[in-house]
Amino acid sequence: MTVNGAERESEVEPRTLLAYYLRETLGLTGTNIGCDTSSCGACTVLVDGESVKSCTMLAAQADGASVTTIEGLSNGDGMAPMQQAFHECHGLQCGFCTPGMVLAAVSFLDEHPQPSEEDVRMGLEGNLCRCTGYQNIVKAVLACAGNGAKP
Amino acid sequence: MIPAPFDYARAESAEHALALLTEHGDDAKLLAGGHSLLPLMKLRLATPSVLIDVGRLTDLSYVRDAGDYIAIGALTRHRDLETSEVLQAEAPLVAHVAGQVGDPQVRHRGTIGGSIAHADPASDLPAAVLALGGSMVVTGQNGEREIPSSEFYLGFLESALEPGELLTEIRVPKHGGAGWSFQKFNRRAQDWAIVGVAAVKANGSSGVALINMGSTPIFASGVVEAMQAGASASEAAERAPEGTDPQTDIHATPEFREHLARVLVRRALEEIG
Repeated sequence: MTVNGAERESEVEPRTLLAYYLRETLGLTGTNIGCDTSSCGACTVLVDGESVKSCTMLAAQADGASVTTIEGLSNGDGMAPMQQAFHECHGLQCGFCTPGMVLAAVSFLDEHPQPSEEDVRMGLEGNLCRCTGYQNIVKAVLACAGNGAKP
Repeated sequence: MIPAPFDYARAESAEHALALLTEHGDDAKLLAGGHSLLPLMKLRLATPSVLIDVGRLTDLSYVRDAGDYIAIGALTRHRDLETSEVLQAEAPLVAHVAGQVGDPQVRHRGTIGGSIAHADPASDLPAAVLALGGSMVVTGQNGEREIPSSEFYLGFLESALEPGELLTEIRVPKHGGAGWSFQKFNRRAQDWAIVGVAAVKANGSSGVALINMGSTPIFASGVVEAMQAGASASEAAERAPEGTDPQTDIHATPEFREHLARVLVRRALEEIG
């Protein structure tokens, strides 16, 4: 598969989950494993541009796909716009949910370029944050969408 | 959490999937999007020795206007159902319900065929297809057969699919001009319904199906009978618990589920008007 733009080829046990492949085989520990039951969204990555919970997908299912983790979101020149928006709006506290939250938000904006605040809240229903109360996360996503909220 | 070891085989076509099913027999499970099966395997509640991955059978991912009905390929993902213009126009209940399954990440991977074959009474789409009086097309070594949704769900996580059969298509009647409603009561946005209702009212035929009110999705015959006799929404809704067998879990007692069924059916029928 292609991971963050680079071709990666590995032989894995069939039961290897994508989250564990990324973290343990490739050493990309930015993808967090939280609940491990596809509830919390901390393990969210982009598979062919769409948000997916990598704890509920086999690495073998992603064979041939293009996977983006938080390490590969920016083009290397500083932070990606969504990361910058989270930074400026203080859309995180402890940071555990943040990689998954940012990638879920990127996928969401791709599908809903002009969202309302309610759209953002519903669009992030698959990602839990236990620190922020979501307010600044929603602000960050709206800021990134250029939807009026102060960055 | 890691699933128990298994062998992995990737099907290259529907015929190949059937051949693999025949070869591996009862030890094999079909893997579509994996969003019902993999969580069960991680909890070791399911321990198949072979997974046959049908997730790449892209020719089974489609929504087609077939004249009298809408044909949906079993491998069509929830996200593609939600955004299908054909469904939005001709089978809006299905498009809407697909958009209420889980969360966006789940909808990017989960498929309608996977959801229906899993036959979870708490799932949304099986009940929607039951309310609509849809049917499932399954293919086996002996050819194809069509199973009415009223005969498809046999028990908890148990369907009329025989070992060696593959669910290939779901058919739903067109209901573009009909009234419909979907009601789901849950604690968190992404959760399964504690109780849910899918309802449709068209000229001459109505359907109401209940989610999580027993071991299968349940067609609320009493409610439909009352609607056809001209009962009001609240009168018809009183009959929602008839024929149900709601379970106790951490979310609700049977009595609370019966109450929810009455309330949600009333809301659905009032919304349809």
